[in-house]
Amino acid sequence: MIAATASPQVPWLREALWCAVIVPLVAAPLLADAPHALLVLGSALAFWRAFVIGRRSIGARQHDAVLPVSLHSNWMLLASLAVVLAPHAWRLPPWLTLLVGLLVGWRIAVMRRRLQPPPRALLVAMVSAASAGIFLQYGTLFGREPGVALLSVMIALKLLELKSRRDATVLAFLAYFLVITNFLYSQTLPTALLMLVAVVMVTATMIGFHQRQPAFRQTTALAAQLLAQSIPLMVVLFVFFPRLPGPLWGLPRDGGQGVTGLSDSMSPGSLSQLSASADVAFRVEFVGPVPRTADLYWRGPVFWEFDGRIWSPGGAPPGQAAAPVVRAISEPIAYTVTLEPHFERWLLALDMPSALPPEARATSDFALLANAPVRTRVRYEGRAALDYRANENETEANLRRALQLPAGLNPRSLALAAGLRDAGLEPQQVIERLLARFRNEPFFYTTNPPLLGSEHTVDQFLFESRRGFCEHYASAFTFLMRAAGVPARVVTGYQGGVVNPVGNYLVVRQAEAHAWSEVWLSGRGWVRVDPTAAVSPLRVESGIAASIAIDDPLPMLVRGSLPMLSRAGFAMDAIANAWNQWVLSYNTQRQQQLLRNLGIDADDWKVLSVMLLAGAAAATLLATLLALRGVIPGRRDPSVAAWERLCGKLARAGLVRLPSEGPTAYARRVADVRPDLAEPVRQIADAYVRLRYQPPDPQRPAAALAGDLRRRVRQLKI
Amino acid sequence: MNAIDSAPAAVSSGARPWRRLADWLFNRRGREPAPVRLTQRRIFLLPTRYGLFFALVLLVMLGGSINYSLSLGFVLTFLLASMTLVSMVHAFRNLVGLEVSITPAGRAFAGDTARFDATFVNPRRLPRYSVAIAHPAGSVQSTDCPGSGAGVCMLRIPAPSRGRLFPGRLTVFTRHPLGLFYAWSYVEPDRAAVVYPRPEAVAAPLPAGGTGEEGQRTGMLDGQDDFEGLRRWKPGDAPQRIAWKAVARGQGLLTKRFVAEAGARAWFDWNDTPASLGEEGRLSRLARWVIDADAAGMTFGLRLPGRVLAPASGEAQREAALEALALHGSHR
Repeated sequence: MIAATASPQVPWLREALWCAVIVPLVAAPLLADAPHALLVLGSALAFWRAFVIGRRSIGARQHDAVLPVSLHSNWMLLASLAVVLAPHAWRLPPWLTLLVGLLVGWRIAVMRRRLQPPPRALLVAMVSAASAGIFLQYGTLFGREPGVALLSVMIALKLLELKSRRDATVLAFLAYFLVITNFLYSQTLPTALLMLVAVVMVTATMIGFHQRQPAFRQTTALAAQLLAQSIPLMVVLFVFFPRLPGPLWGLPRDGGQGVTGLSDSMSPGSLSQLSASADVAFRVEFVGPVPRTADLYWRGPVFWEFDGRIWSPGGAPPGQAAAPVVRAISEPIAYTVTLEPHFERWLLALDMPSALPPEARATSDFALLANAPVRTRVRYEGRAALDYRANENETEANLRRALQLPAGLNPRSLALAAGLRDAGLEPQQVIERLLARFRNEPFFYTTNPPLLGSEHTVDQFLFESRRGFCEHYASAFTFLMRAAGVPARVVTGYQGGVVNPVGNYLVVRQAEAHAWSEVWLSGRGWVRVDPTAAVSPLRVESGIAASIAIDDPLPMLVRGSLPMLSRAGFAMDAIANAWNQWVLSYNTQRQQQLLRNLGIDADDWKVLSVMLLAGAAAATLLATLLALRGVIPGRRDPSVAAWERLCGKLARAGLVRLPSEGPTAYARRVADVRPDLAEPVRQIADAYVRLRYQPPDPQRPAAALAGDLRRRVRQLKI
Repeated sequence: MNAIDSAPAAVSSGARPWRRLADWLFNRRGREPAPVRLTQRRIFLLPTRYGLFFALVLLVMLGGSINYSLSLGFVLTFLLASMTLVSMVHAFRNLVGLEVSITPAGRAFAGDTARFDATFVNPRRLPRYSVAIAHPAGSVQSTDCPGSGAGVCMLRIPAPSRGRLFPGRLTVFTRHPLGLFYAWSYVEPDRAAVVYPRPEAVAAPLPAGGTGEEGQRTGMLDGQDDFEGLRRWKPGDAPQRIAWKAVARGQGLLTKRFVAEAGARAWFDWNDTPASLGEEGRLSRLARWVIDADAAGMTFGLRLPGRVLAPASGEAQREAALEALALHGSHR
């Protein structure tokens, strides 16, 4: 649209402008900022100038730009673009979705000859207005959201002024590109299937551009055939193409928005909010049997500092970060976690982690941290001891931290704890007294607790509302323990999980988020105490669904009240998990693991490239053979092949068959020149004529005749 | 037969070593008898500029997939890259095995275009789509060839001068299925069209020296009086002879026939034409006479240096005479 304003007398200028519009447009959703865009633009222009304009003599020429596109191809293109744009319709701001819809509607009206396409000036105005609107909406034109918005609007505008085959081809390329922008948002199996449909449609559209009379069924069948034949090579490339760990040029700043999950602090209500989410947090495969639900404590961030309302990690005293020491008492359990991206650094581990995955480190409070925020699904192996002694020799500094309390808050709770401390009870007895209090007094476990005031939250909960979710109990219990002089801290994570019988793995959802306390006892180290278990034993023993009142909000998938639904849910989750494990989680690590299993040294790039090339060559050969079935000479009618072999034999003896000579005439001429060959050649010619030119004879089946023909040709000696 | 988008230009007509290299590379064999089977050794493949641009798009997609660790991005990029490669094989298979025959069809006068029919016989069951043939001078036509069937293209090649016109090296090509690859083959047919000399625009009077035994003189041919009937229009007929009323009635192009004198007889002799016209001019005049005489239904003979055509009448005689004129001076 902008390119067209250039003078047609300077074709390269036109091309360059055209390129200047298209390339940044394509790259915008993938780029973080403008300097990268300029880099891409510069190299694209250089490429265009060097290879595409310079070699115009071979291949397409200028008047490709004026070649019309058939109505059929127009509709196909529109339908393909609709399929790839549809998932974005929900993600764009409403005014943009409406604008794109209106433009597509206008295009349809033009195609049905109800409306005229807009004049060029209006198009230019719309391009500028839409770009300005997107800039106002997002504050930038680069990055995932604004990039996709820009691309969608530009595609709709380009569609509106589509005239030539070149425009249409560019739009088809952009449609392929839109497919990948969909994967930026969702890579689930349904998205993949929808996008596969889209790819077939775009390919069929492209075939239609190069066909004189495109027909829907034929172009679609050919597109499916092309794609099916590409699969072997695609698989080889997918498995062996060296995977570089991303990111290469930085991620747009808008990644990871709106992801539910644990946060790096805990306040009343922060976990009960999560109970409304059926999103999967992670999945676990155990090497042995799955432990009891009551033992499934998945450890996440640990909180030391309390300001009266919010629990936060707090900084470890400088130079005092003690090494975590775990002494396993029971045999450690091995498991593999596949963690969904949550854009934070911690990794969930079964309490208590006795060994570390290679790519993680442990903090002094036994939380596992990855080297970088978890932006993609990660898979790691863990080991846990269910019975353990953790940091029996804790540092003084840490024990002091575990006793700190905000000054002047929650006087009633402080008084309660002081009473226990002054009664001269052992720490173990203090714990039991407090748990008994939760058990016996009218405390309720609910996902929908009343809001607490801003100051004495613990007092308010313990003595007034008495309704709370796990964070309320963990917070209050830890507060009381500290007040009673026992070092204590809050641990957040998940508790429980549901075994998927279809895939034989454990699914842990966000709704299973949990918080509990750890107290340090002399001679025993850090001991887990879960006050929630005292209020609602079912929560810990049978999972959240059993412990929550029926009228409390909880997602259907988590509640699992309908057996049919939950069975279907298990099957779907098993499929999703297999998809995650085999397709989506295939990364540098898994590639190296796979190559090691195949006996290949993954670090040796020479071996890897040989493997890649050999695999690609084999797959290409396979695709070529598939594509050329029925075209290469090997698959010709064997009778014809035999006849041609005979002609070749006779030609070497100086009897070349003339192009005008049929088999019978040729046999006659051979008989004249070489009477010794007359009879066998006549018989062969007869059989050939009968096979090729005469209706089938029931007395002499074609197969027998053909075999006879081939044998005679083979036996003929000249 | 739609004209399709482009003609592949002749490969460089530059320096001689390049020429020889290209001859070797493109397996040029000179003129060949029809049918020419397009075997794999004579089919060539190169990406089109769309193919190159698509490669660029794929590179951007690969970069994006690495940057975002997008597994499905890798799947898509590799699928499309493989598809591009497979489409190259499909472009090849769209041509391989076709049997191409290029034969002159109809007649042409110098300065017009000569028509050739390109027949693509598809011996296999696999249908072929958008097989195109191009002449360096720009005419491009395409056709589909159904399985075990044939497709025909009509090719018009400029015929600037009389004589034999070989179509030269023609390019049979296809961009099917995706337009990302261009598969082509060169075919140089050994059949030539005969291009007749262009008849003089202004009809000169027929030579007066009728030497027939009857001694009759043939009169002016364009007397408007003796209208004999209509016949199908042929190239070379004067526009004022076209029966426009018949055209208006939808009967197609018809030419009015006039007869000066039935049974008129003439000899057209090279020596009757003024030497001042030059060789081509004299042939043009003779061609004009032949056409006019035939239109008038006359019997005529033709005398050229080294060649005599006995008097006869009718279409066969006219064609024979024009061909003799066309090939005058060339070795048969």
